[in-house]
Amino acid sequence: MSTVEAAPRPRLAARLFASGAHQRLLAFASLIILLVGFSLASPNFMQMSNIIAILQATSVNGVLAVAATLVIITGGIDLSVGTLMTFCAVIAGVVLTYWGMPMPLGILAAVAAGALCGLTSGTFIAKMKIPPFIATLGMMLMLKGLSLVISGTRPIYFNDTPGFTEIASGSVIGAVIPALPVPNGVLILFLVAIGASYILGRTVLGRYTFALGSNEEAVRLSGVNVDAWKMAVYALAGGICGIAGLLIASRLNSAQPALGLGYELEAIAAVVIGGTSLAGGRGTILGTLIGALIMSVLTNGLRILSVTQEWQTVVTGAIIILAVYIDMMRRRRTV
Amino acid sequence: MFTRRLFLGAISAAALLASGFSASSQDKMYIALISKGFQHQFWQAVKAGADKAAAELGVEVTFEGPDNETMVDRQIDMLSAALAKKPAAIGFAALDSQAAIPLLKQADEAGIPIIAFDSGVDSDIPTATAATDNLAAAALAADKMAELIGGSGKVAIVAHDQTSRTGIDRVEGFQKQVEEKYPDIEIVTVQYGGGDHLKSTEITKSILQANPDLKGIFGANEGSAIGVVNGVREMNRTDVVVIGYDSGAQQKQAIKDGLMAGAITQNPVGIGYETVKAAVAAAKGEPVQKEIDTGFYYYDKNNIDDPEIAAVLYD
Repeated sequence: MSTVEAAPRPRLAARLFASGAHQRLLAFASLIILLVGFSLASPNFMQMSNIIAILQATSVNGVLAVAATLVIITGGIDLSVGTLMTFCAVIAGVVLTYWGMPMPLGILAAVAAGALCGLTSGTFIAKMKIPPFIATLGMMLMLKGLSLVISGTRPIYFNDTPGFTEIASGSVIGAVIPALPVPNGVLILFLVAIGASYILGRTVLGRYTFALGSNEEAVRLSGVNVDAWKMAVYALAGGICGIAGLLIASRLNSAQPALGLGYELEAIAAVVIGGTSLAGGRGTILGTLIGALIMSVLTNGLRILSVTQEWQTVVTGAIIILAVYIDMMRRRRTV
Repeated sequence: MFTRRLFLGAISAAALLASGFSASSQDKMYIALISKGFQHQFWQAVKAGADKAAAELGVEVTFEGPDNETMVDRQIDMLSAALAKKPAAIGFAALDSQAAIPLLKQADEAGIPIIAFDSGVDSDIPTATAATDNLAAAALAADKMAELIGGSGKVAIVAHDQTSRTGIDRVEGFQKQVEEKYPDIEIVTVQYGGGDHLKSTEITKSILQANPDLKGIFGANEGSAIGVVNGVREMNRTDVVVIGYDSGAQQKQAIKDGLMAGAITQNPVGIGYETVKAAVAAAKGEPVQKEIDTGFYYYDKNNIDDPEIAAVLYD
């Protein structure tokens, strides 16, 4: 029923639904149940402005989760996605606000800084053989510190860069269809997801990403330069974190240097809710996207219902366990 | 199989939702408070003040805040969820004023009055601001420190963070007062422990290690102050004058035990109370005072049990 080692599929539809339509269906069904449940419980939930708020709340975590998915499929882990995002936001702040460069250069610098940091993590892991957990933990702390050092521990505002807030908060879709003011941040999340899906499904890099997670030794023995491909995956994930950095900076109109710790765990939670295995070799971007949506629908819905905050946290934790357990039960039956 | 599981899931979800209902009755005036934090005793005291005002005025109040004071974007998400609930008024303690402005404008356009609390918002949208003057409060801490160490010597600051308004104001308030009034006092270092007890303890120990002749340390919030007390105790340097900030059971005990000379206290219960009171008045269209100073006090072993002080301290 489900393919354990997801082979790349040739067609778009098949690619999106690769590795077991059931699981996607299950995560999707949970999402629908949450949406219906919250809509019935409160008239304030299912409103255009709130749905857009949910999507916007998903955009940053969603992009980080896409980056984490790529790394997790290789059997690795990236704990630095949150602070790397912040670091890239700070870099954009330095280039745009301190140096007064034009906006495209700031965007380029943020993404390049992300890719470079990802490549550095990848080098620690592939060349220096440091376990991914440790390498990215170190990276997480270094980047947190560097963000504070570079920014002089103060938020950097983008008031001198007109149009910077448009990156996440403007709405290209809304300009064409006024009834659908979907913020650009959400559009960017979907574009990043489609791009990552394409890379996973249609490119050599994607094929090796899965292969590394399934059986790294076999890949190595067949003469593939395992280290180079691994570094490439981390670099790609880093670049995607750079995009997340731009999104959060644009949304807050500022680079907040102290932010970022804890975001990696929420990204990883979205990935596992979406059915990607922490053991590697299996996972999809669509699943991650649904996982990220489940997280933010849940958070938003509980808030709308005025559930007290301590219980919100309990429920979110329980949902993560439940989602992963259901997924495991399903796999035990089908494999 | 799937359907049964999903069905069970749906039932448990429905049960959860039902429990949520009890919290939101429809006919009362509803006021949403978005705070900077939630778990710390300080915020719980603000919440207690808000709940007290809510009970007296017969309104419904919800109180939420992000896990820590760096999560600016999470606070924005909370604010937008609060807006979706169409409250009569919103109380908002901004982590970063600028980041929240688009949403505050949205609230303004929808005719929802905003009351800023704990720290101001750099905008004229809020109807009123209920807050402590942190600069003045930290300056008072500097005065007390100078008095206790005899007007000269080395002191250090252990603060919570470099980016939040309270972190910046308390450090600057203390530094400026020392620079202007006490030329013989030297601030050897300002270190940040995120308000974390353990981190602040380690920081304090290394400061004491590096400066054996240190005379005093100012801990700029509850967590920092407790860390300073722990560090001083572990290093056996109880001769060092410690001045703290806010209260809490541990800090009160340290003052009673003589480990801490005294502390600045804000009036968190008053902040919560005044915020809700102003929010209700604003929602009804009544006039509201623009700047509500919720006050601060210095307390030590001698006045900790005075009714005026005891009323604003929390455990």
